[in-house]
Amino acid sequence: MKIIILGAGQVGSTAAQQLSREQDNDVTVVDTQDDVLRELQDRLDIRTVCGNAAHPAVLEAAGGDGADLIVALTSSDEVNMVACQVAWALFRTRTKIARIRAADYQKRVELFGQGGLPIDVIISPEQLVTDYLVRLVQHPGALQVLDFADGRVRLVGMRAVQGGQLVGHQLRELREHMPQAEVRVAAIYREGQSILPEGGTVIADRDEVFFVAARDAIGAMARELRTAEAPIRRVVIAGAGNIGFRLAGALENIAQVKLIERNPARARRAAETLRRTLVLSGDAASEDLLLEENIDDADVFVAVTNAEEANILSAMLAKDLGAHRVMALVNKPSYAKLIEGGKIDVAISPQTITIGALLAHVRHGDVVRVHSLRRGAAEAFEAVVHDDARSSPVVGRRLDQIELPEGTTIGAIARGTEVLMARHDRVIEAGDHVILFLTDRRHVDAVVRLFGSTPGQH
Amino acid sequence: MNLAVVQRILGLMLLMFSLTMLLPIGVALILGDGHWYPFLLAFFAIAAVGLLLWLPARGARQDLRLRDGFLVVAVFWICLGLAGAAPLLISDVPDLSFTDAVFEAVSGFTTTGATVIIGLDELPKSILWYRQQIQWFGGMGIIVLAVALLPILGIGGMSLYKAETPGPMKDQKLTPRITQTAKALWAVYVLLTAACTLGFWLAGMSLFDAIGHAFAALSTGGYSPYDASLGHFDSAVVDAVATVFMFLGGVNFALHFSALRQPDLRLYARDTEFLAFFWLSVAIIAGMSVYLWWHGDYPSLWTALRYASFHAVSIQTTTGFTTANFAAWPGALPALLILLSFIGGCAGSTTGGMKVIRWLLVFRQGVADLKRLVHPSAEIPVKLAGRPIPQQVISGVAGFFAMYFVVFGVLMLTLMMLGLDQVTAWSAVAATINNVGPGLGDVAVTFHSVPDAAKWVGIVAMIAGRLEISALLLLLTPAFWRK
Repeated sequence: MKIIILGAGQVGSTAAQQLSREQDNDVTVVDTQDDVLRELQDRLDIRTVCGNAAHPAVLEAAGGDGADLIVALTSSDEVNMVACQVAWALFRTRTKIARIRAADYQKRVELFGQGGLPIDVIISPEQLVTDYLVRLVQHPGALQVLDFADGRVRLVGMRAVQGGQLVGHQLRELREHMPQAEVRVAAIYREGQSILPEGGTVIADRDEVFFVAARDAIGAMARELRTAEAPIRRVVIAGAGNIGFRLAGALENIAQVKLIERNPARARRAAETLRRTLVLSGDAASEDLLLEENIDDADVFVAVTNAEEANILSAMLAKDLGAHRVMALVNKPSYAKLIEGGKIDVAISPQTITIGALLAHVRHGDVVRVHSLRRGAAEAFEAVVHDDARSSPVVGRRLDQIELPEGTTIGAIARGTEVLMARHDRVIEAGDHVILFLTDRRHVDAVVRLFGSTPGQH
Repeated sequence: MNLAVVQRILGLMLLMFSLTMLLPIGVALILGDGHWYPFLLAFFAIAAVGLLLWLPARGARQDLRLRDGFLVVAVFWICLGLAGAAPLLISDVPDLSFTDAVFEAVSGFTTTGATVIIGLDELPKSILWYRQQIQWFGGMGIIVLAVALLPILGIGGMSLYKAETPGPMKDQKLTPRITQTAKALWAVYVLLTAACTLGFWLAGMSLFDAIGHAFAALSTGGYSPYDASLGHFDSAVVDAVATVFMFLGGVNFALHFSALRQPDLRLYARDTEFLAFFWLSVAIIAGMSVYLWWHGDYPSLWTALRYASFHAVSIQTTTGFTTANFAAWPGALPALLILLSFIGGCAGSTTGGMKVIRWLLVFRQGVADLKRLVHPSAEIPVKLAGRPIPQQVISGVAGFFAMYFVVFGVLMLTLMMLGLDQVTAWSAVAATINNVGPGLGDVAVTFHSVPDAAKWVGIVAMIAGRLEISALLLLLTPAFWRK
């Protein structure tokens, strides 16, 4: 596929990296900064074009004529929108994805409808991160919670803790513990290395376990891996920016939320709009303030200010002062690797989340949802099986007859409204949504080809 | 530095190179000259060395860094000189010493075209074919070919490509994928070579001669299967075909590619470097023709034009075909021709020399500096086709000039110390470092008579010139080897 990425920022360059790694993609990156592009081109097998991403001449130089997909990720919403408009008007580019940050644009759906801006998919990182955080808060103990099949199936990453019923036991005992449950373990990571989950695999303390489960079964599975955890009651959020504000709004009806914001004007604005949240004006890294607000009682502390270093430090402080679970928003992938598993329970990387959403649209049409896991090392996705039994190598086959690349497991199958956990004797039918887990991203191509359409046909 | 990866890629490329030995074997069998065994032996020897390098390192899967790329390219070019010499050394006709065989091979690969063989007309066809073929592979670059054909090089392909292709600005890719860019360049190269073959064939050459000379013209190499070079044919039509295709070989192949793909010939007229190259050639040809005619060397202005245009293009594109003894031309003409080879063709072409674009940038920088003397506080960016050129590129070009002339001076003094006279030494270094071939004085026709030590100096100069100095010089700096 010929892909043009506009903007070589964090998300743009990571997307370029992941997409260019797949052999079928030709990636061109456009940015205004020459040196950033040069650095990127030294590292990746892509073409770069320097210039304003919305200018027709620049888009043309980037191969706009003939591009299949344009992804606008510049720092300016307006440039992104105009670039999509230009690409459509001049080149009839088939798929146009734009990152739009300003909530004001997103509220007006009609802007992007018939006769409006020709943008097929709007990516709002803030909204994606907020949704992600809400799911994490809803499932205590989870490192990552991802929706599949419209939320009926979820993939959950969880760190096993001594005291969980399954910890120290073989995986096959899971069926005795939970005879009814719709759960399947997709992957286990021990000290950063992936282990293929088999019946005889013993779960150890501190293993990172990824499992696919129907939404209702997640709680039961959590008890298998960790000691019983009470539902979240008290949440403290640091930073009332876009994410903090939205998160508070989403959580205030299910928990008691405190929102700490340093800028008094912004704190005031948040307080005026939010209904039940307690908005505090002050520094989230101030020990006195945190103690004053009973941080030792908080179930979750989430630091989502604009400054990632401040997020890390205030989360560590909160943990030290007794917060049960702390999360920090971190932009740099290297920071995320550094801190997760230490004092900070979960590092949230907006890029990884945004890219997951992005990849789902970039992949051949039959892949409906893609999530990047473990900061891009692994990937989970939902593929729709073609309805033609003759052309598809998987329709009518039992799961154990399908030859999957190494490190790939099928987690579940969504058929109509039903969710079927993967078992070796299940037979794939046309129209099934298959949820797959890959511990090695290099096999993505092979798996997409197996389940998706033939390359070139969209 | 990741030596295992470097070793693996060197092994792979030697394996690939060994396959090119099959072509002269085919020629020997088709033409029945019975001279296939040197190539068969060389094929097995090179493949064995390649395999020995590749096998222990085949597991090295890391990406090639920029710095590794330079190492691969420099070392591979040295290997190429040795491996390419193998069949010449094995063969008993011509009976070459080790030095001569390496010189002949390096001269071919670097598209220099300076020969040490006298009596080409007597040699087996397969040997003659081989000499033409190595120029052709070296012209567009055997490493660029490897990048096109071996997708396993991955991102490393870019660093290899950058280290082998000439020119000051190499960040512009034709296509998003480096393998496609390399394939596109080779496709244009093959296409132009085919067109040139057809031209020579229609002009009356045998198919063997047509292909051989097309190889030498497009790669701007300059080897010919005849001692008299293209003068053997003594045909104005052959001269004209050669002139056109040598000129095309001196044009940026990326420009050829864009113009063919659109297709839109006006793209040439919009390219500043092409225009400079074109008008410079026109001016030189006009001046030389009139001078030769006025001086009375040739009976008519037409004849003067024929010889002047052929040699001006042949030497400026650093091909080195000759149809007359230009070294004996009157006045400043021989020196002018040699100086012309310092300019060379366009960046991204198969020519040697310093490239038109660098001279253009230095010239414009000079003009800007002069203007700044009058208006000390003026902002005067150096532009090409209306676009400002980053200061980094310009200082890179200035540094290149300095390096080029220092290397030139050192090599020239070395040759003089080895006993060559000044004109010979000066023109011999120019002829090798600029990848031209023929020089003046004792090296006007062949390098047969110069001492062995001087031939080795020539070998170094040819590889340094082909890799535009820096790739080779870099290996001598401590910074490159520091961990």
